[in-house]
Amino acid sequence: MDFNDSPAEAAFRAEARDWLAAHAPAHELAAGTKMPDTEEADRGRAWMRELYAGGWSGLTFPKALGGRGLSGPEAVIFAEEEGKYHLPKGPFTSIGTGMALPVIAKHGTEAQKQRFIEPTLKGDITWCQLFSEPAAGSDLAALRTKAVRADDGSGDWIVNGQKVWSSWAHLTDWGILVVRTDPALPKHKGLTFFVVDMKTPGIETRPIRQISGASEFNETFLTDVRIPDANRLGAEGEGWACCMTVLMGERLGSGAHRSGVEPLIDYAAATPDGQGGTMLDDRAIRQQLAEALAEEQGERFFQARLRTMVSKGENPGALAGMVKLAYASRYQKTNGLALELRGLAGIAPEAGDTATGDVQYDYIYSTVMRIAGGADEVLRNQIAERVLGMPGEVRMDKDVPFESLKG
Amino acid sequence: MDRNDWARAAMNFDLSDEQKMLGEQARALLSDLSSFDRLRVLIDSGAEWDEPLWRALADMGFLGAAIPEAYGGLGLGALDLGVIMEALGAANAAVPFMSSIVLGAEAIRLAGSEAQKAAWLPKLASGEAVATFAYAEGPGPVFATGVTLEGGRLNGSKSPVADAGIADVAVVLVAGGGFALVELGQPGVARTRLDSFDQLRAHYRLDFAEAAAEAMPGAGKLDRLIDQAAVQAAFEAAGAAEACLKMARDYAMERQMFGRPLAGYQAIKHKLADVAVATELARSNAYYGGWAAESSPDDLPAAAAAARLSGIKCLEMAARENLQVHGGIGYTFEANCHFYYRRERMLAVHLGNRGFWADRLLNAQPGSQGKAA
Ligand SMILES: Cc1cc2nc3c(=O)[nH]c(=O)nc-3n(C[C@H](O)[C@H](O)[C@H](O)COP(=O)(O)OP(=O)(O)OC[C@H]3O[C@@H](n4cnc5c(N)ncnc54)[C@H](O)[C@@H]3O)c2cc1C
Repeated sequence: MDFNDSPAEAAFRAEARDWLAAHAPAHELAAGTKMPDTEEADRGRAWMRELYAGGWSGLTFPKALGGRGLSGPEAVIFAEEEGKYHLPKGPFTSIGTGMALPVIAKHGTEAQKQRFIEPTLKGDITWCQLFSEPAAGSDLAALRTKAVRADDGSGDWIVNGQKVWSSWAHLTDWGILVVRTDPALPKHKGLTFFVVDMKTPGIETRPIRQISGASEFNETFLTDVRIPDANRLGAEGEGWACCMTVLMGERLGSGAHRSGVEPLIDYAAATPDGQGGTMLDDRAIRQQLAEALAEEQGERFFQARLRTMVSKGENPGALAGMVKLAYASRYQKTNGLALELRGLAGIAPEAGDTATGDVQYDYIYSTVMRIAGGADEVLRNQIAERVLGMPGEVRMDKDVPFESLKG
Repeated sequence: MDRNDWARAAMNFDLSDEQKMLGEQARALLSDLSSFDRLRVLIDSGAEWDEPLWRALADMGFLGAAIPEAYGGLGLGALDLGVIMEALGAANAAVPFMSSIVLGAEAIRLAGSEAQKAAWLPKLASGEAVATFAYAEGPGPVFATGVTLEGGRLNGSKSPVADAGIADVAVVLVAGGGFALVELGQPGVARTRLDSFDQLRAHYRLDFAEAAAEAMPGAGKLDRLIDQAAVQAAFEAAGAAEACLKMARDYAMERQMFGRPLAGYQAIKHKLADVAVATELARSNAYYGGWAAESSPDDLPAAAAAARLSGIKCLEMAARENLQVHGGIGYTFEANCHFYYRRERMLAVHLGNRGFWADRLLNAQPGSQGKAA
């Protein structure tokens, strides 16, 4: 066990730090910055371009495809250093680098890799994920959006259906899409995976108003959308394997983040309790803060153990879901406590109190963490089944042709 | 690690192969010698400890693992000790390892004079002598200082003191916060066995009346001692929690309910998934605590407190839900849930409870100084 970088790692970290110090501040956003989606997207693209120009985009992708061809812990080191800045990245760019590129790299043809990987690393192509549907969330394989071959002999596919909760679909260039191509097969077997140009006629995105007030996700309607067969990823009927690649990337990417137990302690220490002390003197508050802090640290070190596994070439599998499961609930609890600590000002802060505004937003946002990327209950099932070896869920639909299923 | 560097995680955050092997050796020995049947025999006979097991642990070198080589030990570190503690926790072993090695020997190493170390550490490493650390004085503060040492004479009472019936020597926390070294087999010491909630960990009341005792020269070592012990307690708790989890899982896999295994029901799966997560968080914090104890003393206070809090939490969940999953049979002496269920309460309060460690964790944070309880 060693918390110190090896000489090579230390050199890489120093290089990353220097580069970031010279380039990141110009792109940084002040805490509490709210801006229109389009502006956030433009800033995300600009940062991607900067990264690429500096040689920091796609550290683990082969050089021939525009990456840096590294295979050690460098990507983790860079992410740690980059994470110290408040950069306009987020889901807008990470769906591309964290979800679309891994599936293209694993299941794509040489031509597809050439076409998509470098432009994405450069920030020239951004991506959305067209997976979820109104009746297919946790049960993703229940999706109904269907594709059939065009009858003109072109080999093209014609897609019809509806996706939902598609983050950034209104602003991104391409989508990763999974559809049903053979309803006569059981539900996991008749799926096929595509990349789709979001400007293709027949695609319509309608913003959905979210509880946070923003509307970064959409309903996406697909009406007679024509997709060339060259944009199919993997074999016909093999779409589920592609989905698994994407979801594994999503899982490993969403881990423990800093979510502010320490600032909360500072806040409590600086806020008078009206009895000559501070809020931090309150036993119940001390207890809650300490438990949250201990959990936060446990998540961080557990994440470090998983990274160590990855760096040794081991696959953490369902263990990766454990960090997300712990983190999501703790994040919600912590932000709830943060509002409570502020007393009435937590529910109605003075104008200009952006810190409280941020906490309010985080409290609302914390609900997402427990749903997206594997809902709590789904993750618990996976941990029970794959880590503890307990029996799988009862599945009535597994071997039944999709078209014979009710619902 | 500086506060702004929290984002930085270790590139190599794992036990070494040697440490993993040490843990496996300890587990193998314990599964041979410390079965649940053996524990039931010990309870029924009112035994204070599993003496043959202690000898076997000594023969394997486990008792001396973290004692310096100069005093007959192996000179290994906190993480090595941790993997042994994890194995002892998993087995619920009836041995005074925490008392004699983690607390007693370590107190002597930290605060003892050269002569005291030379006199006691080799005997503790070989298992020839057993030590304990006497800190509590009944209800109230866990680390109490009502016992006095004046002119080489010790007066006052400590209670409860784990393993004091079998210990040859006690390190006693005394007025002023220093330690006194007292041999227990002398007329000035009265030992009264208490009714211990954990039937496999005997506790005593010690009354000192003009008992001959030596001051230990090292001052101000209490914090370091209990921080290190808290890390070891977290390893012990994680080991015990893992054993509860496995026991509950195995039972649920076997027990048929409404035509399918109990383990197939989500209420059970989700409960155990949550225990698994809490156990991994506790283990991760214990690893970090072990690393800090060895390599980064400035980080130890916060690391130890976080490990201690996580350890209490995971074992509480694991011990309670293990019994629950077993249903009625879990309430029998024949089933094994009760061993952990009792030990859990003992482990949750010895060395200070949740509130005590919550205070220490917050006090170790920059920006929250001066707020203690
Ligand atoms: C902010 C946000 C952004 C998103 N972005 C995208 C995106 O870009 N692209 C995309 O494709 N999707 C996206 N999603 C969708 C996300 O992946 C789904 O919301 C998620 O998979 C859950 O599906 P659902 O919402 O249909 O809930 P459901 O699957 O209907 O779940 C409802 C409840 O039932 C529980 N549940 C489900 N199955 C079981 C079971 N077997 N046992 C017990 N309980 C169960 C769940 O845990 C949950 O509590 C986004 C979601 C959010 C909130």
